[in-house]
Amino acid sequence: MSKINPSKGAPYARILGVGGYRPTRVVPNEVILETIDSSDEWIRSRSGIETRHWAGPEETVAAMSIEASGKAIADAGIDAEQIGAVVVSTVSHFSQTPAIATVIADRLGTNKAAAFDISAGCAGFGYGLTLAKGMVVEGSAEYVLVIGVERLSDLTDLEDRTTAFLFGDGAGAVVVGPSQEPAIGPTVWGSEGDKSETIKQTVSWDRLHFGDRSALPQDSQGNIKFPAITQEGQAVFRWAVFEMAKVAQQALDAAGISADDLDVFIPHQANVRIIDSMVKTLKLPEHVTVARDIRTTGNTSAASIPLAMERLLATGEAKSGDTALVIGFGAGLVYAATVVTLP
Amino acid sequence: MAATQEEIVEGLAEIVNEIAGIPVEDVQLDKSFTDDLDVDSLSMVEVVVAAEERFDVKIPDEDVKNLKTVGDATEYILKHQA
Ligand SMILES: CC(C)(COP(=O)(O)OP(=O)(O)OC[C@H]1O[C@@H](n2cnc3c(N)ncnc32)[C@H](O)[C@@H]1OP(=O)(O)O)[C@@H](O)C(=O)NCCC(=O)NCCS
Repeated sequence: MSKINPSKGAPYARILGVGGYRPTRVVPNEVILETIDSSDEWIRSRSGIETRHWAGPEETVAAMSIEASGKAIADAGIDAEQIGAVVVSTVSHFSQTPAIATVIADRLGTNKAAAFDISAGCAGFGYGLTLAKGMVVEGSAEYVLVIGVERLSDLTDLEDRTTAFLFGDGAGAVVVGPSQEPAIGPTVWGSEGDKSETIKQTVSWDRLHFGDRSALPQDSQGNIKFPAITQEGQAVFRWAVFEMAKVAQQALDAAGISADDLDVFIPHQANVRIIDSMVKTLKLPEHVTVARDIRTTGNTSAASIPLAMERLLATGEAKSGDTALVIGFGAGLVYAATVVTLP
Repeated sequence: MAATQEEIVEGLAEIVNEIAGIPVEDVQLDKSFTDDLDVDSLSMVEVVVAAEERFDVKIPDEDVKNLKTVGDATEYILKHQA
């Protein structure tokens, strides 16, 4: 048996920089009310959302990712050539082959970085972060770029009053690199595929193309609807407030810290009511800054946590070196929670 | 030990107070959660989750919409508690 050299990684990993991109078009609730029977008051009270951003034709998944990544790379103080891997989490890039990560890695000017896409819905950022930490510590990449990016407006049925107001577009990115101290805690993650029907695409791509067309959902004009995200709202809400608070607590326990030690809480921005309920259940003290970016961003799935992180740091509500609990959860159902030191 | 009707109303009153901030004495059998007690559809989910824990019952999503009043919920818990 020949001797094989082991790879050589860093002792630990940390988030070195963060960046975000929000599309220029801001969409207030009034626009949503043009296609559904609802009210600004209802939308605000049930979700916390006041405005969201919708991407225009030029603001593609790749373009938004490149903008966000450029800021994250500059924030980390490294050059694009130093990046060894690019991980993109998205469910709204409509060409499966090739992975959009390869195009992004090239356009950013990396030196042939390994690049691939992952599909983990609203837990995508935590999944990507966990992979990145592994790569840095194991040694297959010194610096890893993790991107969460969505154009959920493309997957929204504007005539569905239970989802039309929820979703937004945007990209968030972080650079993960070597550290002398632990700065990304153990990840508590998992999946519950027995609940896979609770958040899903209305019509699968193959059915859209090959299925019985008369059985496909139609809009008020009689046109076949583009697939959209549909969900059992109450079931997902119950799961989120009840089960995800437990997962968040497990992540704190795994990191060996208590709610008192936390500076910042950045949950996936799905609904301000879920966030408020988690804050209560976790008994987070007053001094903990809580991300409620959903108010002006909507639910941007995999992008929501890095976008919220960037905004808290930009506004000064959080600062570099703060200890933050992050938790993502969504379609799958999947989840991932961990404690990190903010860049 | 199974809770009595009185204990269930008392428990629900505490839960509703905690979640919606309604004074406990306002939570009476004939009160509607949404119309009288300011408990909207999402707060109702939180009330149900808290009641499940407290009274050791399972209240599936499809049954939640039938629990319009405190009396409906009390009766449901009386009948289904372990
Ligand atoms: C989507 C969500 C806000 C909907 O709230 P909800 O209370 O569950 O809504 P429901 O569909 O049960 O409707 C409750 C009531 O509001 C009404 N309603 C529904 N949508 C409405 C709208 N857009 N405007 C006004 N009223 C509406 C319903 O008709 C119903 O009225 P009724 O009780 O008189 O029949 C909520 O379920 C949610 O956020 N769930 C979690 C979703 C989530 O986080 N998903 C993503 C995870 S990544």
